[in-house]
Amino acid sequence: MEIPYTISTRPDTGLWNAKIGIWLFLASEVMLFGGLFSAYVFLRLDAQPGEWPHGLLNVPVGTMNTAILIMSSVTVVLAWAALKMRRYRAYWWYMLATIMCGVIFLFVKLYYEWPQKFEHYGIFIKPGVLEKYEQYLGNNRRTEKGMEPRIEISGHLHNPEALKDPNIKEYEIGLDPVFVDPNNPSNDRPHFLYAPPTDHIAKIEKEDVDRIDSFGPWHSAYFASYFTITGLHGAHVLAGVLVFIYMWLPVSKRLYQRNPEHLANRVEVCGLFWHFVDLVWIFVFPLFYLL
Amino acid sequence: MNNPPDISQDPAEHEEYAHNVQKHVRGYLTVGALLLAFTGITVALSYVDFGTRKANIGVAMLVATLKAGMVAAIFMHLAAEKRLIYRVLIFTGFFVLALFWLTYLAWYNPVVR
Repeated sequence: MEIPYTISTRPDTGLWNAKIGIWLFLASEVMLFGGLFSAYVFLRLDAQPGEWPHGLLNVPVGTMNTAILIMSSVTVVLAWAALKMRRYRAYWWYMLATIMCGVIFLFVKLYYEWPQKFEHYGIFIKPGVLEKYEQYLGNNRRTEKGMEPRIEISGHLHNPEALKDPNIKEYEIGLDPVFVDPNNPSNDRPHFLYAPPTDHIAKIEKEDVDRIDSFGPWHSAYFASYFTITGLHGAHVLAGVLVFIYMWLPVSKRLYQRNPEHLANRVEVCGLFWHFVDLVWIFVFPLFYLL
Repeated sequence: MNNPPDISQDPAEHEEYAHNVQKHVRGYLTVGALLLAFTGITVALSYVDFGTRKANIGVAMLVATLKAGMVAAIFMHLAAEKRLIYRVLIFTGFFVLALFWLTYLAWYNPVVR
């Protein structure tokens, strides 16, 4: 039995069925991401002073990934328009460009951004001994200026064995640049260019440490939100790329030869999903990378 | 911007149709360029001090909403869509706001606050 209204529109709705289907699916997706964003908003509003980190993500890389997703949104709509104009060759190239953009986005996220976080450590100092580490924290000046205090010293952990060995009494951490010169006004706000940890090693006694964690989801509500939302978003990008690969394979050519409008409609449905993924990232990028 | 009309089966009308779609393509490229420009503006504005962090967040969300509006209106063709789609989205918007409101109620939970 042939599925009705895959190409022609239903007289009552004025739409072909898959289009209604994808919009209902996107409505459920709005609820899914909406729930996560609402959790993010209220976790952030409820964070105690100094507990919501700023400037920990690589802004140029995030900007590049945003641009890549925007370009992929353009190429997928151009692929659809090419099919509407019955230019299959152009469609094929635009679809390839979309797939490449999706793959690059995922590659940057999975092989560069995420792994870096698990090798970076933050040491939360007990509230009573913050003054002892004033040379790294610069809180006296921050209090004078009415800024949130720093309660964490971050960088590259030089003696990871200290995490498990109780006989080692202190952590040795290669400081992030901000903790080398904490009273420099230029360090009051996050920098655009990412600067790796320095060779300046600070020794922090274990008994002064409230807790030590890598920048994984367990580090803070910020990173828990970051990994949940970007992870779910990444899963959507992966799903989109897999569908686009299917649409790009020779099977699409056969469908095009049989009924080009049917392929155009399929591409439009997938394109709507892809634009939604782009739309979500438009909010993720400033919330996590910039603010 | 409206959707390009359905293609004509008449070969004589096809060329005109392709010309019409080509006009839409120019629109898509323009919107793509605007989105890239607004991404740069979002990044630049985040380094401008608007007085409070809340003000900075407000400005960034305003630009992000503008960008999202362009994607929805032009790329997703919501500028000229059928009524049924709008109805679905109105319901969605209502329930998302209700979801945010439910989370907001957690603030008044006497057990944890």
